[in-house]
Amino acid sequence: MNTRSLTLRSLLAAAIASLSFGAAAQSTLLNASYDVSRELYKDVNPAFGAAWKAKTGKDVTVNQSHGGSSKQAMSVAAGLEADVVTMNQSTDIDILVERGGLVAADWRDRYPHQATPYTTTSVFLVRKGNPKNIKDWADLARPGLGVIVPNPKTSGNGRYTWLAAWGSVKAQGGSDADAQAFVSKVFANVPVLDGGGRGATTTFTQRDVGDVLVTFENEAALIARELGADKFEVVYPSISIDASAPVAVVESVAAKRGTAAEARAYLDFLFSEDGQRIIAKHYFRPRSEKVLAEFADRFPPIKTFKVEELLGPWKEVHPKHFADGGLYDKTVVNR
Amino acid sequence: MSAVAAFFNPTRQTRVLPGFGLSIGYTLVYLSLLVLIPLSAVFLKSAELSLAQFWDVVTAPRVVASYKLSFGASLLAAAINAVFGLALAWALVRYRFPGKKLIDALVDLPFALPTAVAGIALTALYAGNGWVGSLLEPLGIKVAFTPLGVLVALVFIGVPFVVRTVQPILEDLETELEEAAASLGAHRWTTFRRVILPILTPALLTGFALAFARAVGEYGSVIFIAGNMPMVSEITPLMIITKLEQYDYVGATAIAVVMLVLSFVLLLVINLLQAWSAKATGRNR
Amino acid sequence: MAVAGVLHGRVDARRFETNAATRESPWVRRTILGAALAFFALFLLLPLVAVFFEALRKGWGTYLTALSDADALAAIKLTLITALVAVPLNLVFGVAAAWAIAKFQFRGKHFLTTLIDLPFSVSPVIAGLIFVLLFGAQGWFGEWLSAHDIKIVFAVPGIVLATVFVTFPFVARELIPLMEAQGREEEEAATVLGANGFQTFWRVTLPNIKWGLLYGVILCNARAMGEFGAVSVVSGHIRGLTNTMPLHVEILYNEYNFAAAFAVASLLALLALVTLGLKTFIEWKASQAVKETD
Repeated sequence: MNTRSLTLRSLLAAAIASLSFGAAAQSTLLNASYDVSRELYKDVNPAFGAAWKAKTGKDVTVNQSHGGSSKQAMSVAAGLEADVVTMNQSTDIDILVERGGLVAADWRDRYPHQATPYTTTSVFLVRKGNPKNIKDWADLARPGLGVIVPNPKTSGNGRYTWLAAWGSVKAQGGSDADAQAFVSKVFANVPVLDGGGRGATTTFTQRDVGDVLVTFENEAALIARELGADKFEVVYPSISIDASAPVAVVESVAAKRGTAAEARAYLDFLFSEDGQRIIAKHYFRPRSEKVLAEFADRFPPIKTFKVEELLGPWKEVHPKHFADGGLYDKTVVNR
Repeated sequence: MSAVAAFFNPTRQTRVLPGFGLSIGYTLVYLSLLVLIPLSAVFLKSAELSLAQFWDVVTAPRVVASYKLSFGASLLAAAINAVFGLALAWALVRYRFPGKKLIDALVDLPFALPTAVAGIALTALYAGNGWVGSLLEPLGIKVAFTPLGVLVALVFIGVPFVVRTVQPILEDLETELEEAAASLGAHRWTTFRRVILPILTPALLTGFALAFARAVGEYGSVIFIAGNMPMVSEITPLMIITKLEQYDYVGATAIAVVMLVLSFVLLLVINLLQAWSAKATGRNR
Repeated sequence: MAVAGVLHGRVDARRFETNAATRESPWVRRTILGAALAFFALFLLLPLVAVFFEALRKGWGTYLTALSDADALAAIKLTLITALVAVPLNLVFGVAAAWAIAKFQFRGKHFLTTLIDLPFSVSPVIAGLIFVLLFGAQGWFGEWLSAHDIKIVFAVPGIVLATVFVTFPFVARELIPLMEAQGREEEEAATVLGANGFQTFWRVTLPNIKWGLLYGVILCNARAMGEFGAVSVVSGHIRGLTNTMPLHVEILYNEYNFAAAFAVASLLALLALVTLGLKTFIEWKASQAVKETD
């Protein structure tokens, strides 16, 4: 009995220790981010730590949490104590403004370029030699083709793909009806909808399913690098979507944890030349003209459109397309 | 505690033993804190919807398609497990063959192997370029990323249930019954059908129901192999996740309520089956 | 679950094979055996082999590096802590519940047993969701917890809670049928002879149920370490802080680090194998105990 109460006591102590551990550790930041930015921030975090140390003489550790963009936003809204959020879609930060004012309403104005340190775009990844001769969006609607995209319901990457396909019709002066007819043909070619960008990549590259993977430029470049340049090649369509990644400080968390200064400096670092260079190394298009020029060979010019300019404000576009019973649901359910 | 004890009113002759109040009290408090109160949160949250809204959410076409897949595939998986689980249990009890001990031990693997690991391993095996998938693909059978893949994952997680409920009954089976049947001239198949199967039926049903109940809620292993196509290969737990991704807590809990109620009914049936099984076999377990 | 097997000495199959009345014709026997073995190979053996094959595909060096990675070690530690808290809690509960249910007759017993079983068939996703509804920032206790700076969800306590929930019925489920089968005569005799409740339990009941208890604990532990769905919802996925081993597997997998993902997975599979080995040992011990008392 003695030994039992002893174990119970030590267990209780362990539980309490772990409780306080989360709260006590200062001079750490938590960056809640989306799924495919993990390699980027793995490099950014130590670089920022060194820069902060050089500037203030203090240590700071940045922890990372990754998942689907919306899922991460929801976790932060439900209490995940992230000091900064770095998402791939502005609606996922707007939701934090709406739900309990975790982020300042004017978060877009607090950093350059609407608080987006980099941008990327949706491109095609095809098998080596492009056997199906896929050149542009219109080719994706060809009957019998296998198109791999992540699930637009659960992934920002998938939503950008949907909107890019939609926008490719609108940009040529097509109507909403034309756009819907086109994307429904494209999505009829989709054999698997993975939960996130990474799942779709695995399906395409490891399981050999499909003829083309539509994903972010940085992801396509990473695949070519990590999984063999001899197996895949990237195809740039004539026009694609501007997918800017927004960032913000979670004010309420930073205030509570006393990390506001570090959190702001962290986001500032993303816009600094050093930060932009790391960003470019990971095949995200940097905002700095100078850094972009340095890495010009990585980023072939591509015409892009902004969601806000072509399709309307995100606040309207998002529910119109992706809410339950929205355009996406109607298309996939009725096919 | 005594009030609790009084409510449950254990019959007089069982009162000799001490500790009823304490143990039932502790059981109820722990059960309430960890299971009942948390689960009630689901019901209360879904009550934020009006009845009509609730109905709309839980009968949306995609959700209904997901019930069909979740419950249909689970039913089929449980049935497959009933047949092959019985064969496996039969072989383990009645035959001698090399590796029997190892196979007997590995039957419990799906209990112990984390579902995500199982999902990844099964997908790797049954995808078009996997060890098994590459054999089936030329025959025109696609497993991974189709409803068939869902079925494979659900069969995997349900394997131990039928084997482990049928096995002890088979071991306890008196050979006299079969000897009597044989001496009366009954064909072996007739003996199996008329003598053995009726005795095994309650245990088979229990195993079937347990495998079914487990399969309906399964998420981790299925999600990798399912393909997740709307109306085709989306399981109900994925619909809950999808709602959550859209910040739709209330919608998610509405579907959760449907699943919870069904689970509870299922389990109640299982427990009654077990009581019946105990009676039918004359065993007190 | 695998309840009844525990106290059974495995029956010698020879008994059936030598008896004409309980023997099948050779082709029936071959068919049944073939079907059983094919099923076993396809659904149990191959997935297990695949895990180890993938883990070692790039050699032992990669394998060991993957396991000694700081984040992997943190995940292993968190998994151990979680199991260390969750299993004893459910152990105490399981014994109390089994005592009440098996040794006494009372109203609503089937109902209570069903409630205890409920977490077993609740989808893990829902299991995680309920704790977010309770302890999340906008949950019932969210404000109070935030005011007192207590973190439950997206921290270790939430992971422990979700794990306790999904492993809730395991010990109780093993013990209830076992204790029912044993009846209460022995305990009643002890009580009549003047033993108090605790002595009765410690000296009479516990020795009778110890193997079943251990079996329940082992299954409970295996599930606690392997839970994915529920923990995934409440974890927050903070590298090195709130990732358990199954979550770490998923992360590595998503980083295209397949060898490392399967390396950590193989550790979990190894745990499953140790679990099964222990289980077999317990069954053997239990059958020895039965033989002795016979």
